[in-house]
Amino acid sequence: MKSKKIIKDNIEKRDFASGGEVSSKLKSKLRKLGINNKDIRRCSIITYELEMNLIIHSEGGILKASVSSEVITIESKDKGPGIADIEKALKPGYSTATDEIREMGFGAGMGLNNVKKFSDDLEVDSKVDEYTKVKAIVKL
Amino acid sequence: MKFGKIRNKLNLKTIHAETGIEDLNVKTACGADLMSDVLAFSNAKSMLITGLTNPQVIRTSEMIEIKIIIFVRGKKPLEETIELAKENAISLFMTDKPMFEICGKLYNLGLKPEKLVKIE
Repeated sequence: MKSKKIIKDNIEKRDFASGGEVSSKLKSKLRKLGINNKDIRRCSIITYELEMNLIIHSEGGILKASVSSEVITIESKDKGPGIADIEKALKPGYSTATDEIREMGFGAGMGLNNVKKFSDDLEVDSKVDEYTKVKAIVKL
Repeated sequence: MKFGKIRNKLNLKTIHAETGIEDLNVKTACGADLMSDVLAFSNAKSMLITGLTNPQVIRTSEMIEIKIIIFVRGKKPLEETIELAKENAISLFMTDKPMFEICGKLYNLGLKPEKLVKIE
């Protein structure tokens, strides 16, 4: 099935002021495409958590989303610093975030866990000092 | 319950009210300071009670269609938070009372906790 790219945006590191803008854009595009509310909600949560992860943890990266008649694919790819222990990073409550991040209501170690919870399929690939790639699939 | 009644009973101060918000029927509420938990557990179209005042509160609410936010502990949201709320048609209120007290009063008024969403 042919898939259509709907979002491709650069995310700058520590750009908290813009945090959520890309997710917001994705949400309105999915609504225009007539995607059902439950799946829009799942995609919004996944994208928002990935977007905040890029802002909080990465050296900057790209957030992409595409849609076909069967699935919505949400991908993030960053320029590092990479995750040393992916299994640990997926565990609820595990976090490397600073107090400053926690004061913003994030950094409690629920981000990637939420991404996993709301997606049907999740791939996380990372190389320390190089990149982290996340691919989340939401089946329609 | 109509939100107008809640606002009066709790003596909430209005920061930004959308037209007609007092007629919105509120059945459940969610009290949290952790945005990832709001995203993970809250139902759509609920009311959020929080002590966080940064713009991420609005973004979080936007993602899951929360229309009303009550800021507790006398915390006034940042100007950019208020602007973002206006853009997204989200109404903002505040109170000097702590979260525990506001949640308790809402519960006494007959509001129910949300059924926690689990999409496995």
